[in-house]
Amino acid sequence: MEKPQTYINDLTDTDYEIALATEHLKVFYGGKEALHDVSLRFPRYQISALIGPSGSGKSTYLRSLNRMNDTVNGARVTGRIIYRDLNVNDNQVDVFELRKHIGMVFQRPNPFNKSIYDNITFALRRHGQHNKKYLDQVVETTLKQAALWDQVKDDLYQSALALSGGQQQRLCIARAIAMQPDILLMDEPTSALDPISTAQVEETMLALKEKYTIIVVTHNMQQASRVSDYTAFFNQGHAIEYDATKRIFTNPHMQATEAYVSGHFG
Amino acid sequence: MNAKKWDKISTLTLYTIAGIIVMILATLLIYILVQGLPHVSWHFLTTPAKAFQSGGGISIQLFNSFYLLILSMLISVPLALGAGIWLSEYAPNNWLTSVIRTAIEILSSLPSIVVGLFGFLVFVVQCHLGFSILSGALALTIFNLPLLTRNIEDALRSVDAAQREAGLALGLSRWETVVHVVIPAALPGILTGIILCAGRVFGEAAALIFTAGQSAPPLDFTNWNPFKITSPLNPMRPAETLAVHIWKINAEGIMPDAEAVSAGSSAVLVLAVLIFNIIARWVGNHIYRKMTAK
Repeated sequence: MEKPQTYINDLTDTDYEIALATEHLKVFYGGKEALHDVSLRFPRYQISALIGPSGSGKSTYLRSLNRMNDTVNGARVTGRIIYRDLNVNDNQVDVFELRKHIGMVFQRPNPFNKSIYDNITFALRRHGQHNKKYLDQVVETTLKQAALWDQVKDDLYQSALALSGGQQQRLCIARAIAMQPDILLMDEPTSALDPISTAQVEETMLALKEKYTIIVVTHNMQQASRVSDYTAFFNQGHAIEYDATKRIFTNPHMQATEAYVSGHFG
Repeated sequence: MNAKKWDKISTLTLYTIAGIIVMILATLLIYILVQGLPHVSWHFLTTPAKAFQSGGGISIQLFNSFYLLILSMLISVPLALGAGIWLSEYAPNNWLTSVIRTAIEILSSLPSIVVGLFGFLVFVVQCHLGFSILSGALALTIFNLPLLTRNIEDALRSVDAAQREAGLALGLSRWETVVHVVIPAALPGILTGIILCAGRVFGEAAALIFTAGQSAPPLDFTNWNPFKITSPLNPMRPAETLAVHIWKINAEGIMPDAEAVSAGSSAVLVLAVLIFNIIARWVGNHIYRKMTAK
């Protein structure tokens, strides 16, 4: 298939620091090219949304950013992922270390079958942090940032599985930011949640923007327009357009983008 | 209306089938206990067996059964855990692993008498271990390993993939994720598998007749030096277990009260398996609660 017309804003006319960028990123599943040559640059302390119809490659793209695609059998990622002037799509890079810097929240809430407290502190303790005072502090701070503290502060040693879906998802956000990552990847974080929980998670995201760079995949276009600063539109494995969210939703360069955001297809 | 009627009929059928199975098992259990329990006394449990006179007990056989169980579990659980983890978490999908899986399936349906003869040839004769607890434990490991590996692999596989992703996304290595996320989540399933296999091992006779032997030489329960031949802990001594004892006195027992000893032994065997299961389940739940911090 020939390459469709695209419009990618490379952010060179802005003062944003670039937190993460990809250059000619391609993803293959079992020899088949699922993602075609995507080069995007994500601004620091901003929320970038990846939108597009199902199967457009947006989740595939997101999951390659912290090398989660490494864990998929038969998946191969080529091209460069630039993080702190380093190509992290390289066998020399310690992926476990990388994932501490690039955290991830998944579509379905996936808390560990452990207490709320242990869900947040477990990975920290595995990485050698055993100072009880520090851990207590992290639990409180992250739960506050995830807007969950007031609801669970008396039940920290209760099983996380007893929480509602929305609470579980916010716990997963707290768990991810407990690692103090630079970047937070979110793969349709609200698609399994009810509208009230969704609104709470969105508020959490806006608050987190102060300290974190967020890249979020979403099916929900209102969500993209509500929370994000930049938006990339994916279709059939191509990044068709990438620009300021306002521009994408009001006056996009590409016709396909226009059709998608106005609800004409997808 | 029709669908509703059929639903009722099939529900009733399922209840009936389940009821029949429960009844058969309950009848069997009650029969064994009613026949055997009157012969079970403290004296019966703590006296060595007598070959020609009545009034013999099962103390040595009972001890042998437990010792053999523990020894064979000590060998087979770590092996099965390793194999199960590899198959579920690390093994690539290729012809080699499918050969291994098929081999495990075939091995798990191997008749126990075949395992016993294999153990006899390999451990007793070739390895010069003689009729010994060690030979028996190794034969039981062969008997146990396929099923246990399969159980553990299944228990690990049934853990949601999202749990593994959660661990990896926090920068944990694959090994850390397996040990600290996947295994705790699979623990109840793993324990159930171990308990079921323990029950099988405890009641197994055919695999032991030619490996652990059919004689129970007198033991000195005050001597715990495993290198002394009369020590209960000596793994190189022949050791008739309870199940083998039951088989033997029914086949060639010449003591006058053979029937009573057999019935009593059967009751003790069944009760031991029952108690063992209950304790193991309780311990399993306890560990699970501790690890998941409820």
